[in-house]
Amino acid sequence: MITPKLPLRIGLYQNGGSRLLGDDRHYNLTRSLLDKGYAVSVIRSDSRLGPVLDGAWLLLGHFGKDGPLPAMGNGNGVKLYFRDIEGLETSQILDAVEEVRGETELPDPGGWKPWFPVIDYNRCTNCMQCLSFCLFDVYGVHEEKIQVQNESNCKTDCPACSRVCPEVAILFPKYKSGPINGDVVRQEDIQREAMKVDISALLGGDLYGSLRQRQTEARQRFSTERDESRALLERKKCLRKLKKDFDIPDEVLMSLPSAGDIQERAERAKAKLAARQERSQTVRDSRPAPSEDDWGI
Amino acid sequence: MATNHDPTLPDPTTPGPVTAQPAKILYCRCAYAKVIAPEVKDEVLQRLTRSGATFEAVPDLCEMSARRDPALKRLAAEDEIKIAACYPRAVKWLFSAAQAPLPKDTVEILNMRVDSAGTVVERLLQAYSNGEKPS
Repeated sequence: MITPKLPLRIGLYQNGGSRLLGDDRHYNLTRSLLDKGYAVSVIRSDSRLGPVLDGAWLLLGHFGKDGPLPAMGNGNGVKLYFRDIEGLETSQILDAVEEVRGETELPDPGGWKPWFPVIDYNRCTNCMQCLSFCLFDVYGVHEEKIQVQNESNCKTDCPACSRVCPEVAILFPKYKSGPINGDVVRQEDIQREAMKVDISALLGGDLYGSLRQRQTEARQRFSTERDESRALLERKKCLRKLKKDFDIPDEVLMSLPSAGDIQERAERAKAKLAARQERSQTVRDSRPAPSEDDWGI
Repeated sequence: MATNHDPTLPDPTTPGPVTAQPAKILYCRCAYAKVIAPEVKDEVLQRLTRSGATFEAVPDLCEMSARRDPALKRLAAEDEIKIAACYPRAVKWLFSAAQAPLPKDTVEILNMRVDSAGTVVERLLQAYSNGEKPS
């Protein structure tokens, strides 16, 4: 999950005490604020913000000499700021917004292209192939269920994990084409996905064991052949195939961990698993033997 | 102040009591990617601002979902909500990922990636065009 601090929200306040913005000005201002990363609530006659839960709000409007109407229902730690934008150009309003944001010390909105996988749990079978495949710790498990836990770890424009999902259950809403972008999954998509690389089968079911085995084999091969240029060519060929088949950007291929890193990671995972198994064994052993009451005797 | 207000819509210039009328329209700008045609998202936004409707516009639903923004819970709790964004399957699971599952039957998701601005706006404002004022 990315920064938990909520950004400043903007209310374009056009209620009783605030006169209406002109249509074009309203549109230009809303568009500019959105493009800078601010959420905008357009509050019209006979309306209000609804149940505001928390965070800081800046209400912009033409309040006139009477000022804004008193804010209602703004408890629960909600902070409200008001700025009269009468006579201000859009750029001046944006400056005023930045000024308030500075006062609140809230984060600068934007700055991160939100690229990360989204799981369609209607399709997901919890097979964990995505977890095994992703080397950037985007996925995690909570209560034995696969989850996306570290969105910002995901490599921008890389849809590789969705390519290995046998159930077409992983979406990237900003991907160019379906069904990865969330478009309806059709029968032909399912058939195509069934032909994809099955990571478990490919690696014999034990990802890290297989990686270690491959590394050992590679070491042996290189030590006998000593043909580094051939190895490099093979690697390039393999990367080209990955790039073509999985639509993986160069940046991701370049940042893939080395074989050594993978091995280290495997050792860590193995140690963690062993510790967990030991803990659960200890818990089981420390439980008192069931009494007659427990058995309902 | 001069506005091109549609007479079939609620009059936004009439000062009314400040009552609890939640927003029922959500517009996603998809600000950090170029997957929605600019002319579509601009036209939808322009027509929304001219409509007199109350609405919420967010820069990017994906970003809000990643942040587990509580505003998504507030929006998902609406009795009825119309969302102008992208593919319904993506929107549904983005809300779900933020622990803000959308209601099954009372949400309408309009897809600006494939539908025209006219179609999207027509659907978004349908209750208004029918002379119904959102409760």
